[in-house]
Formats: sequence, structure tokens, C-alpha cells
Amino acid sequence: MSALVIRGVRKRFGAQEVLKGIDIEAGSGEFIVLVGPSGCGKSTLLNIVAGLEQPDAGEVEIAGRVVTQVPPKDRDIAMVFQSYALYPTMTVRQNITFGMECRGVPKRQQAEAVARTARLLQIEALLERRPSQLSGGQRQRVAMGRALVRDPLLFLFDEPLSNLDAKLRVEMRMEIKQLHRRIGATMVYVTHDQIEAMTMATRIAVMHQGAVQQFADPDTVYNRPANLFVARFMGAPPMNTVAARLVGGERPVAVIGAGRPDEIRLPLPLQGGPPPGWRDREVVLGIRPEAIAEAGRRFGEEAGSFSTLEAPVEMTEPTGAETIVMMRLGGEPVLGRVAPDVRPAVGGAARFAVDTRRICLFDPATEQLIA
Amino acid sequence: MAEANAAALAPGVRSRLGRAVVYALLAGFAAFYLAPLVVVALNSVRTAQDIGATSVIGWPRALALDNFSRAWGSYCIAQSCAGIAPYMWNSFLLVVPATIISTLLGALNGYSIALWRFRGDNWVFGLVTLGVFLPEQMKLIPWVLVLRELGLTNSIGGLVLIHVVQGISFTTLFCRNYYVAIPPELLKAARIDGAGYFRIFWRIVLPLSPPILIVTVIWQFTHIWNEFLYGVTFTSGTQQPVTAALIALSVSVSEAPQYGVQSAAVLLAALPTLLVYLFGGKYFLRGLTAGAVK
Repeated sequence: MSALVIRGVRKRFGAQEVLKGIDIEAGSGEFIVLVGPSGCGKSTLLNIVAGLEQPDAGEVEIAGRVVTQVPPKDRDIAMVFQSYALYPTMTVRQNITFGMECRGVPKRQQAEAVARTARLLQIEALLERRPSQLSGGQRQRVAMGRALVRDPLLFLFDEPLSNLDAKLRVEMRMEIKQLHRRIGATMVYVTHDQIEAMTMATRIAVMHQGAVQQFADPDTVYNRPANLFVARFMGAPPMNTVAARLVGGERPVAVIGAGRPDEIRLPLPLQGGPPPGWRDREVVLGIRPEAIAEAGRRFGEEAGSFSTLEAPVEMTEPTGAETIVMMRLGGEPVLGRVAPDVRPAVGGAARFAVDTRRICLFDPATEQLIA
Repeated sequence: MAEANAAALAPGVRSRLGRAVVYALLAGFAAFYLAPLVVVALNSVRTAQDIGATSVIGWPRALALDNFSRAWGSYCIAQSCAGIAPYMWNSFLLVVPATIISTLLGALNGYSIALWRFRGDNWVFGLVTLGVFLPEQMKLIPWVLVLRELGLTNSIGGLVLIHVVQGISFTTLFCRNYYVAIPPELLKAARIDGAGYFRIFWRIVLPLSPPILIVTVIWQFTHIWNEFLYGVTFTSGTQQPVTAALIALSVSVSEAPQYGVQSAAVLLAALPTLLVYLFGGKYFLRGLTAGAVK
């Protein structure tokens, strides 16, 4: 049985259609991340799952029960908000027990539940403090505690880490992931940060303009993006996308900047030639920056898994862990990631190895993945 | 060199002079504004003979503090010689329930309008606050009819009803503008926690409200205490609030005018609102600006 089913959900605010028919299904114990730029409808979708907003069409099912008409308190969910939404006049303990108080849970049981949750999140020392006396990270923990204490069917997170500083965000990211593994609950997590999506999710739903662009596991979303939006949204720096031409028969070749003196020919390791109907046509070629490295890097044991080319270097950005190189391939600007100790001279040409297995091809008209 | 010095000095001198002019003007206005209070305060400790011998403007020759005890407990107002004490009590019986009820209703209204969006909520808010702009005189006749229908003419209960209903406009306006600053996520969290309309109000919104409640209570208390038109129109005799009784006190004087006792009565009647301002003033200012800077 699925822990959560979202079926054909539509929502309109005035003239603006913010959700255009969303279908998502989450298995029990999954960690689903809804990711997308601001305004893509991800928070509205989460509010609909929570019951804080009503969909115009479609339905929401939690643990096999259709809850579209059920008020939030009876959906057996817990939610963590971006601003934490801690009750400012209550102590941490009261914040955590408020939900149980509303449900008439006996005092002794409340105390046990608080003790258990506080131990799990290591906030025992904070229980008698008020939210204003806590740091951002501590508030975040208390907000988590308020959700955890209930042991709900479904956890909902609305950008819970975006108010934390970078270092704390990474720590809390790992903690939430560990927590998920330990308690095995189903979680739906909204974020605009594609790194959070990649690191935490069992499956990612990439949203844009009120529609799910791709719903798949992180590796698939990253390596085989369903369309150009996903390719450019996921990854930092994002996937390079350049115009290219498909030529050749059994051994297809992508030509970047065809006809130019500096044209680049990349043999594609596609089994059985180019996709049907695409021979000698223009495509958009996508390649991740990390699939372009300094010459001599080995990308795989089998023959033909990479090719070597020479390209002019326009700029380098040493980040410490690697050097990001901006180069031109057939006139098109492309980013590559080379080893940190490799510093190709700016203005000159350098040789690079390209992992051709990781090339994606997109239809320039529909922007959908073709191979 | 000397010229340069003079030139450098001139702006400083000019600004000091300007400041002196400003302070002199302010002091003049303050004195003008405070003059009636000073006259009343001085007269409240002068005997009738003292005032009669000179004029209502003058320094007391001796301190006649019994003016206050007479005004409070034994001076005759409209055939009743119990001073202003019973009327002060009337005012309290009127002000305390009217203030509490109108403030609570305003808080509840403000909470509903600010935090539970419903169809036409802005219209409801506009209609409620329209009451702020309607002059009191315009509402006299309607209230006469309403009080007669309810059997509340010449009663403190009737005045309480009037001030509760009329106060709702102001209290709703104050509270709604304070509550719109409460983040909506707080309510979402409470709804998921299982709290309903009244529990959210009681456990989350009301505990956040002391700054605005202090403002509304001070506003309502002083406004209702000082209100005169309805008091004098709808009540008479022993049912009158102190503001209406003060008038009766000044017109009932048949013999020599008792300016000393009357002044003392005026000061006593003004005391509660003065005390409210003295003790609540800083909260009043703080509350008015709360939410302005976030």
C-alpha cells in the first residue's frame, strides 16, 4: 500500500494556475523531495497534502485513505515549517506537547513522549526555555521534535533548512537523513536546493510551472534528466547544453559547431546507431561538467568510453577541491571540472578527456530527452 | 584669523539661538495649555471666602484641603448630599465591564479578520471600522429607540451596552492591525497540531496580545470614563456617571458659588484616567508602535 498518493491535483489562485495536474505516489518509508525554483507550486502542493489548502480537482490519499475532505488535524501528519512556527509564548516542552494536549493525551504519556523525543534530538537541556532564547539550529531541532513526538503516518517538511547558515544546514541535512533511516517513516520534503534533493531523497520530483518535470531516483534525475529544464536545474554548476548535429550510421557522432574550423566531433557510444528519425538532425547535447576532465583521466575500462579533444580555455576557477574550467567547444561556452592541481593557461588551448557515455541528447523543439 | 574664527563661530551661535527660540515657544504653548489645569488645581485648595475676596485666579492664602473631602462625600448635587462618590462608583460600574467586554470582542474580531481569511472579510472589516468615523450625535436617536425597546433607559446597563457596541469599532481596528503581523505559519502549525478556532485564540494569539490589549484597555477606559454626551442624555439622578454629575454640581449651586469644592470634584473625577496614563503610558506608546518595525 502506498503511504501517499497524489492524483490529478489542480489548484488555481485567481487567474494563475499554480498546479496543473500533479500525480505522485510514495511508497511506505520513502523520502520524497519536491524540488523546483520558487513559484513552481511545490509549497502549495505540500499545503494540499497537509490539508491547509483545498485542491480544485484531484485527490490526496494517505495510507490508503482518501483525505481530500479531511481537516489537517485528522490526517495523522506532522509538519516542519521554514520559519519553524514555534509558539513564541510557550516553553519548548509546551511547544512539543501542544498537539497531544489538543488530542487529550494523558499527562503522564505526554511526559514520556517528550522525554523520548528530547533524548532523540538531544534537546533535553532546552525543555524549559522559550523559542526566543534558542539559536536557529536549536529552534530547528525543537520544530523537528514537535513533529517527531506524534509518530504520524507522514512527515511534511517545508524548506526546513533554508533559514540556517551554510555549515549548520549541512549538519542538519545529515541528521534528518539519519533520522529518516532510524525511524523509517515516510517523508515529503520541499526545497529549492537541488543539493538537499540529491543527498536526501529516495526519489525526487522536479517541479516547474505547476507540473512535475521528472519523478525518479536521484541518479536518474541527475544522469538522465527527462528534459532540458531538469538538466539545467539539477547540479552546480549545471549540465552544459549546446547545439549539435547527429551524423554517422552505426557509429553516430555528435558535431558541435559543424562547419567551423574548430568543430568538435564526439563519437557517441550509442548501441545500434542514433535514435530512429534523428540521423543528420540538429539536437541539444547535454554533458555534465564533471564528464569533461583533463586529458589522461580514465572514465572507464571499456574502449570508446571517452574521447580526447583540444579546446581554448577562457577562464579557470580553482575551488580547492577541483578546478572549474570555462572553455569553448565549437564556439559554444562549456564548463569542465579538472583535478585541483591542473591549471590550464587562460587564453591558450588545453587537452581534455570527455566521458562520452554521459552525453544526453535532447529534442530542441520539445526539450525532451531523446537518448 | 579673527575673521575666520568669527565665521566658524557663527553657525554654532545661530543654532543655539534658534534652539532657545524653539524652547521659549514650546514653553509658552505649554503654559497656555496647562493654565486651566493650574487654575483648577489652585482653586481646589482655596476657601470660598478666599476666592470671593479676590477672584478665581490667585494663589491660595491657606491650604483648604477639606474641599476634597466635601467634594468626595458630603457636597450636595441635585438634592442628594453624598458628594461625587456615588457617581464615581457609577462610572466604575460602567467603565470596567464596558472596557473588558469591548476589548475582548475586539480581540476576537481582529483575530477572525486578520487570521481566518473568509469571503468578504475586507468588507466586514471596513463596515466595522466605519463606526470609528460616525459622530456620536448621529447615533443618539437610534440609541434612544434601542434602549427603550430593551427597557434599559436611565440605567448603567444601557450605557454599558452603548459603549460596548460603539467601542468594538476601535478595538477591532487596533487588534486586527496588530494580529496581521502574526505569521500565518503559526496558525498552520496549530491547525495540524489539532487546535481549533477558540483554542488557537486562547492558547496562542491571546498570550501574544498584551501590548495591544494594554493599548485598547487604556483607550477604552479613558474614552468611556470621559464620555459625557451619552451619560447626560440617557441617565439622570442617581444613575449618572461622574462626568454628567459634575455638570449637575455646577448648576445646582444656589448660594455663593463653591468654586473650591467644584475644582476639587473635577480633579477627583479626572484622577482615574490620569492614573491610567501615568502607569500605562509607556505601554501605550510601546503598543502603538509594536509591529511597526519588524
